[in-house]
Amino acid sequence: MSFSHRLHGKTIFLIGLMAFFGPLGDVLLRKGMKQIGAVSNWRPDALFATFDRTFHTGAIWLGISSLLLFFIAYLLVLSWADYSYVQPASATGYLVVAVLGYLILGEVIPWMRWIGVLVIFIGVVLVGGTPPRTTEEG
Amino acid sequence: MSVRDAISLAIIIFGGTGGELAVTRAMKHIGEVHRFHPRHLLRTIVSAFRVGWMWFGISLMTLSFFALLALLSWENVSFVVPVTALSYVVGALGGKFLLGEQVETRRWVGVLLVCLGVVLVCVA
Repeated sequence: MSFSHRLHGKTIFLIGLMAFFGPLGDVLLRKGMKQIGAVSNWRPDALFATFDRTFHTGAIWLGISSLLLFFIAYLLVLSWADYSYVQPASATGYLVVAVLGYLILGEVIPWMRWIGVLVIFIGVVLVGGTPPRTTEEG
Repeated sequence: MSVRDAISLAIIIFGGTGGELAVTRAMKHIGEVHRFHPRHLLRTIVSAFRVGWMWFGISLMTLSFFALLALLSWENVSFVVPVTALSYVVGALGGKFLLGEQVETRRWVGVLLVCLGVVLVCVA
């Protein structure tokens, strides 16, 4: 396998992990915050109480765990790939988050938003066709 | 979109992107990860956390995270997460001017399509 193919292969694998665990974490956080309720009182004691409730909610911890896995994959891929490559390429997560938002949270997603997600995905495919690394190593 | 939402979004976009650029700088300092054995991965992560840029980046990303939590308590996730994609333009500019990456035309077109997608999502 050539160096270029190997680099693309491991880059796409880690971005795939990011595209799954990132949106899953966001959806779980939303689920947890819905259980807690909207932040409406900005007094310090009320904010602290909300903060405390946040960290006693299971969905929040699952969301944080999922985002932690996302972050590890993200750190690893950034050790060789361009930020301007990884950041847009990981936008495949928008497709995942729309599907998860629909399936897990029952959110109504208008057809225009689906088109937007599709355009984002085409943009990601274009970015994915460029070299993952344009800077010198180290 | 309310002023409250707009301020939260600004913190999410600029704090988040600035933090990610700093983290990228830290990981480039560590160098390419070649071995994926858990022991080597752990060693890499530990090394990364000895770089100052990592802590600066994580601080900014933490600020962005709490702004995200607040926004998620007000709006649907299928609205919040796509709108934060505006950070792609900020990210491409940061990659080019702060990290010296070569952002070729095809990559820019991709980034702009991502932004167009975001506009469509907002209109929806």
